[in-house]
Amino acid sequence: MAVIAFREALNQAMCEEMERDPNVFLMGEEVGQYQGAYKVSQGMLQKFGEKRVIDTPITEAGFAGLGIGAAMVGLRPIVEMMTWNFAILAFDQLFNNAAKIRYMSAGQFKVPMVVRGPSGAAHALASQHSQALESILAHVPGLIVVMPSTPADGKGLLKSAIRDDNPVMFMESEMMYGQKGEVPEEEYMIPIGVGDIKRKGDHVTIVAWSKMLHVSLAAADELMKEGIEAEVIDPRTIRPLDEDLIINSIKKTNRCVIVEEAWPFASVGSEIASRIYAKAFDYLDAPVERVNGADIPMPYAHNLEMLALPSVPKVVAAVKKVLYR
Amino acid sequence: MSTATLKKEAREVKAPRWKDIGLSNAKVIDLYRQMLLIRRFEERAAQEYGKSKIGGFCHLYIGQEAVGVGAIAALREDDYIFSAYRDHGHALARGMDPKAIMAELFGKYTGCSKGVGGSMHMFDAQRGFMGGYGIVGGHIPLASGTAFASKYLGKDSVTICFFGEAAANQGVFHETLNLAALWKLPVVFICENNRFGMGTAVERSTAVWDIYQKASAYNMTRQWVDGMDVVEMYRVVKESIDRARETNEPTMLEARTYRFRGHSMSDPIHGHYRTKEEVEEQKKSDPILTFGHELLTANILSQSVIDEMELEIKKTVEESVEFAEHSPEPPPDALFENVYV
Repeated sequence: MAVIAFREALNQAMCEEMERDPNVFLMGEEVGQYQGAYKVSQGMLQKFGEKRVIDTPITEAGFAGLGIGAAMVGLRPIVEMMTWNFAILAFDQLFNNAAKIRYMSAGQFKVPMVVRGPSGAAHALASQHSQALESILAHVPGLIVVMPSTPADGKGLLKSAIRDDNPVMFMESEMMYGQKGEVPEEEYMIPIGVGDIKRKGDHVTIVAWSKMLHVSLAAADELMKEGIEAEVIDPRTIRPLDEDLIINSIKKTNRCVIVEEAWPFASVGSEIASRIYAKAFDYLDAPVERVNGADIPMPYAHNLEMLALPSVPKVVAAVKKVLYR
Repeated sequence: MSTATLKKEAREVKAPRWKDIGLSNAKVIDLYRQMLLIRRFEERAAQEYGKSKIGGFCHLYIGQEAVGVGAIAALREDDYIFSAYRDHGHALARGMDPKAIMAELFGKYTGCSKGVGGSMHMFDAQRGFMGGYGIVGGHIPLASGTAFASKYLGKDSVTICFFGEAAANQGVFHETLNLAALWKLPVVFICENNRFGMGTAVERSTAVWDIYQKASAYNMTRQWVDGMDVVEMYRVVKESIDRARETNEPTMLEARTYRFRGHSMSDPIHGHYRTKEEVEEQKKSDPILTFGHELLTANILSQSVIDEMELEIKKTVEESVEFAEHSPEPPPDALFENVYV
């Protein structure tokens, strides 16, 4: 297996799908000439030309809507948002059009489109550039929400997303683009809606995705030193959620900590906790513990930002709490 | 910007004007018939709304028929149409079955969106009727998308997009015009300026009253059209569509028209925002009455043919109500159909 960075894995996924299907194209701010704000689309303009790698003006609602219209008549757009924070300007397009056209038209139209870009905090980007918005997107029926945490998952899931006939919201992370990992040489796909056990353990289940998966794995290493074996579950897809994987793990460990970067109010973590209480209540030996980003707009100052984000010590403490240790 | 004044000048010098633009007498009679069908269909829909057979929001097109009929007559079968929430007239003009439209209004499974769309969300993929949309201006970018796809796929299908003058104050209107002009997309934007965004007059909502001039910011070909004149609508839209088909050049049109009814069924015809006198004055420009008069005067139509047409349309409309009335409601299973592919 080759070891490549997350951004290269995403780049490979897009290139392979564009080579396979001429109706797939990439559109977004700085994706072409500039080679991608985060270099995810590096080399793609040279490979596919201006017709299929399209630099847009800064007009998120405009080009998201354009992508939806194009998808309605047979194209398969990949719309890159420089960050999901900017995509908020396009949420009307995503919520009212992409998510609803299939339903409102009674199945006469479909919207096979991927909207992708980084989500969550990076370093010192302050309030407006540091939001983890997956719960807002996952709230809307009609949208699929995917959040990979490794290069291999990123590639396999992005290929599935591009081939999916639904609008797929694909959320990456600035902090993970340079992260390296093993990626199979041969072509492969990872199905949407199937989670993954990233680490096996019997004492506690930690559910985490995207960047928080890595915080959770680091916490699991720490816990191991004290003889606590954490099972770390990565749902990989937020909607549809691989509920069975989570519930089955809790039936084994009887304890659960959910780690997410997003705000705690009405979050994906709240949804998962609610499902655990509904479907595994009798298996729980402790209330579900949640580690979230602080319930505030993100501050700029480094020390405050670190305090606002979930961290290894916070996850370790939460695990000990559910273990009554 | 009085539509009435401008229109009268146009009428007096030009009859019979349609010969010059390739419309046969049979075709103009059909345009008249389509406008009449929309009028009678919606009058009947209003009655059914009153009987609670139709629910929710129901925005009537009465008064604006010439815009949709003239514009859509200029399209080919493989062209695309986007509409907003005042979409019944556009759907009928595109040749969608009145039965399927009435059934949709009734929320029945035989409706053009199987009863899940309703008044504001009529769709017909086979006719390139890309849907009615309920968020003011929110559908405008979609039209640039089908136009983009035509160009990408090397097809010469053109897209037209209807919206009201109030939508031209939304950000996505400007974003889309910029993209369409920048990338030369084959799309014709048709702003139906009926003078009111719900109850707010155009003079109270926009700094530039000549809506078509908003496109000057994007160096886009633009003009206003008498939206009470079906032949003018056809002529100008046809020119715009031909240009888009041949050169991918987009156009922004402002059709000056007037809505004779309230914004929706729950809104009075006149009230706080406009007077009865104003509505009555505008009704003198009724696109169906004036065009009917023109056709009678030119001996293209006789009163007896019009009477016959009325009877035929009445029958069509009654059949649509009958059909809707006796159609099944969507089955409970339909609740979860088509959320995802």
